[in-house]
Amino acid sequence: MFALKVLVVDDELGMRLGMKKSLARHKIQIPDIDEEISFDIKMAETGEEALELVKSFKPDVMLLDYKLPEMSGLEVLEEVTSEDSEMATIMVTAYASLETAVSAIKRGAFDFLAKPFEPKELRDVVEKAATNLILARQVKKLEREKRRVRFEFISVLAHELKAPINAIQGYLNIMMDKVLGENINDYDTMIQRSNVRIIGMKKMISDLLDLTKIESGQKKREVKNCQLKPIIERAIETAKPAADDKDITIKFKISEDIELQGDDSELEIIMNNLISNAVKYNKDNGNVDIDVQKTADLISISVADTGIGMSDEEQNRLFKEFSRITNDKTKNIEGSGLGLSILNKIVKLYNGKITVKSQPDKGTTFTVTLK
Amino acid sequence: MGTNKKKITVMLVDDDIDFLTQTKIRLEASGYFVRTAESQKDGEKLLKEFTPDIALLDLMMENMDGGFALAYHIKRKDANIPVIIASGVTSETGIEFDAKTNEEKSWIKADAFLTKPIRFEQLEKEIMRLIK
Repeated sequence: MFALKVLVVDDELGMRLGMKKSLARHKIQIPDIDEEISFDIKMAETGEEALELVKSFKPDVMLLDYKLPEMSGLEVLEEVTSEDSEMATIMVTAYASLETAVSAIKRGAFDFLAKPFEPKELRDVVEKAATNLILARQVKKLEREKRRVRFEFISVLAHELKAPINAIQGYLNIMMDKVLGENINDYDTMIQRSNVRIIGMKKMISDLLDLTKIESGQKKREVKNCQLKPIIERAIETAKPAADDKDITIKFKISEDIELQGDDSELEIIMNNLISNAVKYNKDNGNVDIDVQKTADLISISVADTGIGMSDEEQNRLFKEFSRITNDKTKNIEGSGLGLSILNKIVKLYNGKITVKSQPDKGTTFTVTLK
Repeated sequence: MGTNKKKITVMLVDDDIDFLTQTKIRLEASGYFVRTAESQKDGEKLLKEFTPDIALLDLMMENMDGGFALAYHIKRKDANIPVIIASGVTSETGIEFDAKTNEEKSWIKADAFLTKPIRFEQLEKEIMRLIK
């Protein structure tokens, strides 16, 4: 439970106390927000006093009498709305006329309440203002959070792209300064490393393009009947050179060809990702086992490897963008850190789920279920 | 390339193998003897095998403060070995690592901090300053 701060401004003591009493024990509930909201009330007799309290008490809602001695309610309103405040002002007036209401709202009041009023009317108008205010704050908070995530993504991305460029530039400078002499063969390792970094960078850029295409909905989906078997066979073919390098055997079990509604290219990305990871993070002479099962309402594809595995803590970080598990075992494995983010986004398009089971040094099994 | 420089042994520890390779090549071309390790753990092992004249350590390796931990081991072996910590942390996060207060200096056992990317001339100047 939290308390919303309310400032009651009226020159008549009876009015002030009446309003306070109507709200003091009242609690409200706002849709989508679990907490119950109560009111913390302060009172002011004059416009000047009200302005002081706006500064020190920082109310969320102000009930402002239209007719105050000396400084009028409208003048107070003008003062507070010129400041950058999130406060909702409700104009309270005995001269209920359309014009006063309109002029108050034009000057930034959220709503108005005509005297005389029942406690319920007061509570209703305050509740409306409170709901509005809190929901607006929620929206702002979400927007801020979105901006923050975006910013973080961009700064990590910039770093991830700058690192290989720095490395390549370092090699080029060594070559330019002919540090190892005139013979080009002496620079072989440097040229090779530069190439590895360029390939990594290219992969990251293409992963990034895939990711933005999926996120922005620009990637045109061609949903049709897809045969899973040839897609998986193609993905195995793609992973074969890397698997052969490490003498890894890829086994594939499917009882019958399974058909599902989907987009060929999306299913290919899923399979390529799963299989290439199972090869990349495997040990020499290891195995990759691909198993596809169909039940009444879902298809489950699991890819198990006999590789380096992950600790529980590492599994938790797995799906975060650019989060690569770096340890002694992975430091020489190239990756963009985007593969699983892409996988996750695509699987969601199929109302699916990815689950991971892993044991350090034993292996990892990724299971994707699609509907 | 003075002959007196030949004797100087630099211990280089960094998990960025490109940085490691490049710095090693440059230092060797300048006449230093270089021993390298690719992780904090391997750095600790290397330290058991020999005692360097100076060390250049990456800050963040398999542990967030791997460089500091290694620096501590080096200083415990011989407090006179100068240690340079190199890190990309400042340019990435804006966090500045530098020993300013005495309290910080007492636990961060480094003699100099360099921000990556490091110009080789700058590194060599720093090594010469600390080694004499």
